[in-house]
Amino acid sequence: MQSLNSKLKLYFPLIKFPQTALLLVTGLAGYMTARCPIFHVGTLAELAGSLFLAISGSTVLNMWWDRDIDSQMKRTSRRPSASGKVTPREELVLGLVLSALGVGWALTLDWLYGVVVFSGLFFDVVVYTIWLKRQTCWSILWGGISGGMPILAGRVLGMGQIDLVGGLLALAVLFWIPTHILTFTIRYKEDYHIAGVPTFPAAYGIKATQMIIAISSVLAAIAIGAAGVMIGVEWGILRLLVVLSGGLFILALAVSLRPSDQINFGLFKYASLYMLSAMILISI
Amino acid sequence: MKKSILLERILLLLTVLLAAWQVAVGINDVDILPMIAYTVSFGVLLIASLLLIIMGLDILDSQIVVIVSTIIPLSLSLGLVWENFPNIRQLYLGFVIVGFLAIVGTRIKPAANNFPVVILSTVHGVAGMVIFLMPIVMVITGISHPAFILVAVGGALIGIGGLLLAFLKMGKPILSRSTIFAVLPAILFLMTFAFVLGFSLG
Repeated sequence: MQSLNSKLKLYFPLIKFPQTALLLVTGLAGYMTARCPIFHVGTLAELAGSLFLAISGSTVLNMWWDRDIDSQMKRTSRRPSASGKVTPREELVLGLVLSALGVGWALTLDWLYGVVVFSGLFFDVVVYTIWLKRQTCWSILWGGISGGMPILAGRVLGMGQIDLVGGLLALAVLFWIPTHILTFTIRYKEDYHIAGVPTFPAAYGIKATQMIIAISSVLAAIAIGAAGVMIGVEWGILRLLVVLSGGLFILALAVSLRPSDQINFGLFKYASLYMLSAMILISI
Repeated sequence: MKKSILLERILLLLTVLLAAWQVAVGINDVDILPMIAYTVSFGVLLIASLLLIIMGLDILDSQIVVIVSTIIPLSLSLGLVWENFPNIRQLYLGFVIVGFLAIVGTRIKPAANNFPVVILSTVHGVAGMVIFLMPIVMVITGISHPAFILVAVGGALIGIGGLLLAFLKMGKPILSRSTIFAVLPAILFLMTFAFVLGFSLG
């Protein structure tokens, strides 16, 4: 029992819980935009379970593939895989098992939902991490597409089809990802440079990166606002969404006009909070 | 986490939630402009409190604080005037626009003399007095419910908080920096609580 506990403690950081939880929330929100109030708690629980497993699986597989990069970067060198506390084989098996369980469960729930969940996993692990991450800084586009899959999957499970709102919600996450990731790559640009990972700040400079952050923030806010209107979100909630989007835009603008580490990291944190709040608001 | 920091974060979180609630429910039966003005003031309050939680009180050292701390009283007072004093609507709207631009201007190109302080004091002072006095007058004359007096309480608090911050930023602090930072979360929370309760019941 003690050994199982210590194993779980070791495996837990591999799933990057805050990031997994945020993506899971987007999936639940996607479902609730189609099926609120919730009458089928069982389906919601199955959605949560399958998505959690699939997202966790892809995160573990990413960490397995990137263990050499992680060991070179100060920020990630303490991760269990990078520090050698978990063997690569153990990590690979764990990632494959979690992924297979998640996708398999999703397919039994609804075939189209399962396909979207699988696409997210495929784009994230194969296209983004294995194929493009070490080749081009534009890989984050594919990271963004995979990041938009959980919310699309949730919407698909609720609607039984891929619709415009689902596409807009996925787009919102896609545009939100640069705000989140690029502020991070600016903060840790030296780390990424040492590890040889191409980033926007290294390829195009900080100024251009900050401009992309500002533009993507605006596009994310527009996409989420448009989805909110189409879903029929109440006017008051929409007003709150506009206020929160305004905060995102102003911070992104501040990063472009008066960049500083403090504002940059503030935007990074705010962007996560924004996404979480927006998901809650469109689900109400 | 230190007890004082925990308390500060709890107060700021409550401020965020109160302001978010006010933005979402809105204020009933008002025109578009006051609705926008109230949304802007509570929206700025919401975002400012959220940023204080995320980035810490050190963000108050930023120059933009003077401008942000002006938006809240200006927009709130504009909403009140537009809603209750139709005769001076346009005049007050003009004052708000000119006052705001003057503060932004003196922030971008600060003058060596006392001109920025005079501008800041005048704009803050007028907006603060409107928020403080107008609800009192309206309650005394029976136009509003007695609970609307809470908006005046909020007005007094916003005046205190705004002036403390503004003069700190101007390099002429009324209280020490550490004292201002220590009391600000409580002022923000009490002010928001008073406004929300006043608008809801009044």
